[in-house]
Amino acid sequence: MSSQATETQTAFGGFSAELFLAHLSGQSAAPAWWLARKREAYELFASLPLPGRKDETWRFSNVAGLAALPASGKVRHAPAQPALAAGAALTFAGNRLESSSRVPADLAARGVVVTTLAEALLHHPALLREHFMAQPQRLGSAKFAALHAAFVQDGAFIHVPAGVEIDKPIILVHRADGGAAFPHTLVIAGERSKVSVVDLFLGDSANDTALAVGANDLYAGHGAKIAYTGVQAWPRTTLSFQLNSTVVRRDASVQSLNVHLGGRQARHESLSQLQAPGAFSEMLALTAAEEHQEFDQRTLQVHQAPNTKSDLLYKNALAGHARTIFSGLIIVDPDAQKTDAYQSNRNLMLSDEAEANSLPGLEIQANDVRCTHGATTSRVDPEQEFYLKSRGIDPVRAHELLVFGFFEEVLDRLEDAEIHAVLREMIVAKFKASR
Amino acid sequence: MPDSQAIAIDPSAVENPAVGIDQSSGNFSYDMKYEFDAGSGLNERTVDYISSVKKEASWLREFRMNALKTFESKPLPTHWATRDLENIDFNKIRYYLSSGGKPKRTWDEVPDDIKRTFERLGIPEQERKFLAGVEAQFDSEAAYSNIKETVAKQGVIFVNSTEALREHPEIFRKWFGKVIPTSDNKFSALNSAVFSGGSFIYVPPGIKVSHPLQAYFRINAENFGQFERTLIIVDEGSEVTYMEGCTAPKFSTATLHSAVVELVALKGAKIQYITVQNWANNVFNLVTKRGLAHEEAEIKWIDCNIGSRLTMKYPGVVLKGRKSRGEVLSIALANDGQHQDTGAKMIHAADETTSNIIAKSISVGQGRSTYRGVVHIPRHLKGCKNNTECDALLINSNSRTDTYPAITVRGDRHAVQHEASVSKVSEEQIFYMKQRGLTEGQAMSLSVNGFINDLARQFPMEYSVELKRLIDLEMEGSVG
Repeated sequence: MSSQATETQTAFGGFSAELFLAHLSGQSAAPAWWLARKREAYELFASLPLPGRKDETWRFSNVAGLAALPASGKVRHAPAQPALAAGAALTFAGNRLESSSRVPADLAARGVVVTTLAEALLHHPALLREHFMAQPQRLGSAKFAALHAAFVQDGAFIHVPAGVEIDKPIILVHRADGGAAFPHTLVIAGERSKVSVVDLFLGDSANDTALAVGANDLYAGHGAKIAYTGVQAWPRTTLSFQLNSTVVRRDASVQSLNVHLGGRQARHESLSQLQAPGAFSEMLALTAAEEHQEFDQRTLQVHQAPNTKSDLLYKNALAGHARTIFSGLIIVDPDAQKTDAYQSNRNLMLSDEAEANSLPGLEIQANDVRCTHGATTSRVDPEQEFYLKSRGIDPVRAHELLVFGFFEEVLDRLEDAEIHAVLREMIVAKFKASR
Repeated sequence: MPDSQAIAIDPSAVENPAVGIDQSSGNFSYDMKYEFDAGSGLNERTVDYISSVKKEASWLREFRMNALKTFESKPLPTHWATRDLENIDFNKIRYYLSSGGKPKRTWDEVPDDIKRTFERLGIPEQERKFLAGVEAQFDSEAAYSNIKETVAKQGVIFVNSTEALREHPEIFRKWFGKVIPTSDNKFSALNSAVFSGGSFIYVPPGIKVSHPLQAYFRINAENFGQFERTLIIVDEGSEVTYMEGCTAPKFSTATLHSAVVELVALKGAKIQYITVQNWANNVFNLVTKRGLAHEEAEIKWIDCNIGSRLTMKYPGVVLKGRKSRGEVLSIALANDGQHQDTGAKMIHAADETTSNIIAKSISVGQGRSTYRGVVHIPRHLKGCKNNTECDALLINSNSRTDTYPAITVRGDRHAVQHEASVSKVSEEQIFYMKQRGLTEGQAMSLSVNGFINDLARQFPMEYSVELKRLIDLEMEGSVG
């Protein structure tokens, strides 16, 4: 009996039934279906075991680091918020809306919605109900997805109606305040619409956060175009989960770039479902790992229809005692002929103590396909370094140039020059600090 | 006991003029009178029986008993492997059969009916005479063993596992079960408990073995699993090539083959181990193969899987010494009802070690081929290199292929690259060949042979010829 009680304790972490009830009582204004979902999610969270060493979806992960799911934490530093010209912006602090600049009147008039989950519950319940965490959890974090659904307090809800194109990015800032963070972003792009969204996950300068469980779901309707950039810069003590699901419909395309900088141990799961012909998903990631950070990235590209395309490029630079895990899988369903799928993981080793794990996988059940993947792990090319030095560039600078050049291949794929510049600055800043 | 019919040949099997080989070859079994039969099912008594029949030393009996406990305690690895493993009924398998008699020394001493088996296996007359050092395993025991004089004169010991552990424990015991510990996996534990037959080879220092050593394995009793055990130790600066080929009769109930092969290459030694696996389509082929390469040694696995229902085999090299080198060249062909789950493991445990993995698979009809690989480079090493290439060819729209590599690299002084691709046969190539008068089947065969050509070229001549024929055979009926 007592051992059972201990196990239950571990599986819950700090998220006891009392804490959940307290959270629910704060949501009394929400509709009944929402509360019912939350109750279901909590039950699921409580019933699922924590990932174990033998779970294939957690291979190489530090599962011991997950044992405690702290509901609160304490202090250290946090990066400043970068300045970006925004089409609209929402800032959340401690899971609540702190400030917002709403969409310009002309876009609002055309039906563009950039609002909070709380408001969407009242004004757009049908859309929210249809898309809120509607996709399967196939990458191992069902338990943490359930925890998110149970405790999510607020988040961003973006809906761009058919045919509307928004030029400037929508900037979403999620700042943690010391409690557990449950940032949520839902983007629904209607047919032939176009939108760019930037998610920034930042720590608060005064408070630290021990646990962040975020979810961001992107839905690109027929012919829609979504550009998504997520920058994870939680404080260095955070245990972070970010669960992404991307649905791409006929002739639609989604480009997502995730930059991983912060956290103690950070897991990112990304599921791209290519559901109709002509769908294209471009999945990009950059990780700058140092000290004892662990970045655990799991991806799944599912080609569910013929003539679909996916292209994945995940780059990790590892300094200090950092560990990274990249586990990617391309699944081509039996009918998805003419699939074009690519998956590439590049690891740049900057220290003799760092460890990179790659698990690039394929499961192909159609024969008329073009599927390739590659994984490389190496150091800065000594010949290139020598060349730069021979041109009179000092060794430190030469080394930096080559490391930043490593990231540029990914950044160059961004259409938005301003986002490109901001990201470069954040990555460079982290690298300079780590030297 | 099988019935008294001397040879059972599938009546539907006819010689196929297009390919020029008899498709029924391999579909036969002999009525054998087994002098020793451990019965079906596995318990301490079975293990005791095997050990007694073999008159083994007490340490070996203990080794087997401990292995049995390990086997029983380990679950099937279905959390990552196919659930088809659950269809193995360990209680229906017979773990030891032997016709008794000592391994034969000369060809004349080999019983006529066993000679007939070799005839059916298609070993050419010339080769039979030249069966230099052939250790042909007929069921559990070596029925035929003839070490060519020159090889014996070189000081090479080439015996079966029973004889090796009884007569030469000072040589073999040191490495026996050391490269692949009993507890490595459930099937290595099973083998350690019930093994019989197999080849134990020792090559003394500075010897380049003049002929490739060969062994043929066959399974010849329904429900009978074969658990051969091989240990090859090559001393400093020596070289040896070992070839292993299998054909098996077709039986209706599933049967199990679970071998353990350990290679030890001491300083500067070279071992090349070649396998052409063509078990019948009801065989579970679950094999553990690993080599230990000391300083500047080289171990090369050439592994070709065409038969069996399910093969799970990932030849590995532990690169223990500085500048050692490991290589796996793998070809797998999966047809209807087959799953070839193959791959390679490279464990880099010293500086400046290099490894190379090239795996090519072909999936035909509803066949499924899987590549699973491990490349491991732990910290505080320098100058390690790995290159991995996996190419999969899918012939039919319902064929399936998977790739699951796992690569771990620590430190900034290594270079590791992995590449994989999946493709189908080029329509343009097929069109071109048809336009030149080839049938679609011929064109397809040619194209598939082209796909594996650069690997097949590295095989010894007779093996690449055999391989080409097998592929021709498998490709028949896959088009149209």
